[in-house]
Amino acid sequence: MPAVAETLETVRSVTGSTYKWGFETDLEMDLAPKGLNEDTIRLISDRKGEPEWLLAWRLKAFAMWQKMEEPHWAKPGYPVIDYQDIHYYAAPKKKGSGPKSLDEVDPELLRTYEKLGIPLKEQAILAGVEPGDEERLPMAVDAVFDSVSVATTFRSTLAKAGVIFCSISDAVREYPELVRQYLGSVVPAGDNFFAALNSAVFTDGSFVFIPKGVKCPMELSTYFRINAKNTGQFERTLIIAEDGASVSYLEGCTAPMRDENQLHAAVVELVAMDDAKIKYSTVQNWYPGDSEGRGGIYNFVTKRGACRGARSRISWTQVETGSAITWKYPSCILIGDGSVGEFYSVAVTNNHQMADTGTKMIHIGRNTNSTIIAKTISAGHSDSTYRGLVRMMPKAQNARNFTQCDSLLIGDQCGAHTVPYIESRNPSAKIEHEATTSKIAEDQLFYCRSRGLSQEDAVGLIVNGFCKDVLKELPMEFAVEAQKLLAISLEGSVG
Amino acid sequence: MQAVTQQVAGEALKGFLARYDGLRARLPGNADVRDAAAAVLRERGFPTPKDEPWHFTNLRPITGLDFQEPIGDTQAGADLLSLLPKVEGPRLIFIDGRYRADLSVLPEGLEVRSFAGTGLFGALTKPERDRVVALNTMLTEDGIIIDVPAGFDAGFLMLAQLTSGKHRRVASHPRHRISLGADARLVLLEVSAGIGEYLNNPVIEIAIAEGAHLTHGRLQQDAKDAFHLGTIYADTAANAVYDCFSLALGAKLGRTEIHARLGGEQAAVHLNAAQIMGGNQVSDFTTAISHDAPNCPSRQTVKSVLTGKARAVFQGRIEVARIAQKTDGYQMNQALLLSPDAEINSKPELEIYADDVKCSHGATVGALDPEQLFYLRSRGIPADQARMILVRAFLTDAFEAVAHEGLRDVFEHAVEEWWATTGKDAEAPSA
Repeated sequence: MPAVAETLETVRSVTGSTYKWGFETDLEMDLAPKGLNEDTIRLISDRKGEPEWLLAWRLKAFAMWQKMEEPHWAKPGYPVIDYQDIHYYAAPKKKGSGPKSLDEVDPELLRTYEKLGIPLKEQAILAGVEPGDEERLPMAVDAVFDSVSVATTFRSTLAKAGVIFCSISDAVREYPELVRQYLGSVVPAGDNFFAALNSAVFTDGSFVFIPKGVKCPMELSTYFRINAKNTGQFERTLIIAEDGASVSYLEGCTAPMRDENQLHAAVVELVAMDDAKIKYSTVQNWYPGDSEGRGGIYNFVTKRGACRGARSRISWTQVETGSAITWKYPSCILIGDGSVGEFYSVAVTNNHQMADTGTKMIHIGRNTNSTIIAKTISAGHSDSTYRGLVRMMPKAQNARNFTQCDSLLIGDQCGAHTVPYIESRNPSAKIEHEATTSKIAEDQLFYCRSRGLSQEDAVGLIVNGFCKDVLKELPMEFAVEAQKLLAISLEGSVG
Repeated sequence: MQAVTQQVAGEALKGFLARYDGLRARLPGNADVRDAAAAVLRERGFPTPKDEPWHFTNLRPITGLDFQEPIGDTQAGADLLSLLPKVEGPRLIFIDGRYRADLSVLPEGLEVRSFAGTGLFGALTKPERDRVVALNTMLTEDGIIIDVPAGFDAGFLMLAQLTSGKHRRVASHPRHRISLGADARLVLLEVSAGIGEYLNNPVIEIAIAEGAHLTHGRLQQDAKDAFHLGTIYADTAANAVYDCFSLALGAKLGRTEIHARLGGEQAAVHLNAAQIMGGNQVSDFTTAISHDAPNCPSRQTVKSVLTGKARAVFQGRIEVARIAQKTDGYQMNQALLLSPDAEINSKPELEIYADDVKCSHGATVGALDPEQLFYLRSRGIPADQARMILVRAFLTDAFEAVAHEGLRDVFEHAVEEWWATTGKDAEAPSA
């Protein structure tokens, strides 16, 4: 069994050094004092110049959070988080009243994003001068650095189409009635422990509003970066697509390499009205910790979309390669008749990472349809779990669900788990569920090797094939990045 | 915290604990084992839906009731015996949780002892984790202890647990231990049935030595007002086979929980089941298969047919330990909902720590296919019969898993009977 021996050998040699986004940016920061109490929340609200109703909403969420117990039912176990030992607000010091254009943004920050490969210079992108990116389509980016949004590109171009794309802080100031109408309408403030925490202390995130009948002219994306030490990132994203609107939104994230764990507890809410389409793609690449399992991000996220309108569609696609612990279940509440929910996921864990992820599809309306494709790859000493729920409510006439969960194990020290909940209260609803767990077949490897591929390339090819159903759902550029990420995440773990 | 305790410490628990305090000195077996079980119940009460293994099944209909001690109704014997399937051969009869030598026919060449006489608790149960088993451990009075000698083919044996709740609401807690020596064989038909309102809470511990083969058929036909909480622990050594088929037809609220462990290479476990429910019945089939040795297959086909307002639960966990390379695990669970108010909840679960394994599970939920119905109708078959034909076809897979013909006949006959009585409102066949 040379392949196994080799695998073991390479698993041992893996280190965290393959995380190339692990650098730190040295900036003058505006930090809130450590600790969480009403004053912290008032400070956050004050810094952001928020209206009174939002502060009241935050304080209410905080009161609920204080009464809640931290959940421990998921597979990942983790050391106790000291919620008083975190800075809940960290922003790069502003010059003046905050950047209105890129020219005013701290050049150090711009360099950071450049290093991360995130295009913030509109002209540069439009002119196609980015090296090697001639065919790149323009993409609007909201860049969130620790607690604040530092820049949002193409805002004016989008505004011409009627699309609002800005940081949620700007939205609170400029479109308070919209924010107030939708904030917390999909994920209520007291939904769960981490959502309540987020509702109390959320700092920034993106706000997208696509009005009736508008097809968003370009891909929207947000790039999240945790930089400061001892901070947590609590971002809040809200996307609303009115009747007949459609949008594709991408999310990316990275953080510096540190020995301590950092908390990331985000809330994402999507609302789709009649015939609206929202496609939400994530490439999650938070720092996963080193090969001994030291450091890394705790990624405890609540993501939920409401298909409120008839024939609306919400599609979640995620590639999860980072974070020490991931805990997230992007869900769809299918209320509108004929609405569609989709979940495509690739979760890769290596070293000591733990991922517990999946989805919930709640079928309420008639003729609702959901598809779940989840691919899990575990290597090293990692553990990954697919946990999902498909629920057919009594009125979900002729609802359909198809679920496929496949797990691939690389190495004999890792674990893969599948925990689907299937509940049906309507006889006309149809549910199909399939799950498999296996390792890379020796005959597939042999076939590739005999055609001259190296062991590593062969495994890469097979893993990519295994994930193809999901990767093809990603926007093209992300798909390329995701494929590279897969290779890097598994680097050294495959023989 | 206080509110929770109050909620679980309903009438039933108070009564059971009081009965234990009164009976403690007279009960057979190690009192420490019983005390430990009692402490678990005293401290934690019965499980609630907040406990993950009981997420879908609420025991409240049981915990709110007061159960009495059976008085040993000797008259009820004949009535109860008529509930048994018509099968020839040796039979061990329990009434209200106590062995009845006068009604039993002992198997030839097999030594049968009673728990009441020996007080031998086995080592496989986990009362500290499974609180329904803790209840059995605390209060059990009797059960059978069978040791099939190595190399011996013990043939067929029926084990019947009959309960009479005709005069008072009783609870019985039979406790059985069955072990098969190397290369031994046994076909066991376990039947639960009764009259009136009662709780039947049997626990069976099964140890199957190398190369031995146990075929275990379970027929749960408890009375329509009864509660059934049965737990089985089975442990297989190398090359041993535990082949179990469980058919649930009865009880207002029933749960069968099976923990099967593959402890030696090439051991095999089959946990197949069918749950056929109507009215307001609730049936729960929960299994955990632990692969603790390399090269073991496990198979599961679980089918639920639900009509009326019936609700069925299937929870099936397959755990593959790091050492259990070359595991081949397969699980299929399918549910047919025949009425708008029927409900199915299922949770197939894989927990895998070995890399060279082949594990899969599949689940489907749906109604009868209207196209298939139309096909049959267009050939002149009345709607009722057409439905019945399709339901039978649906169940075929499950029954095919029963290799022993005698057992299969018993199960098929029981289903026919169910259609003729309870299943009538579910478009029963005219035959």
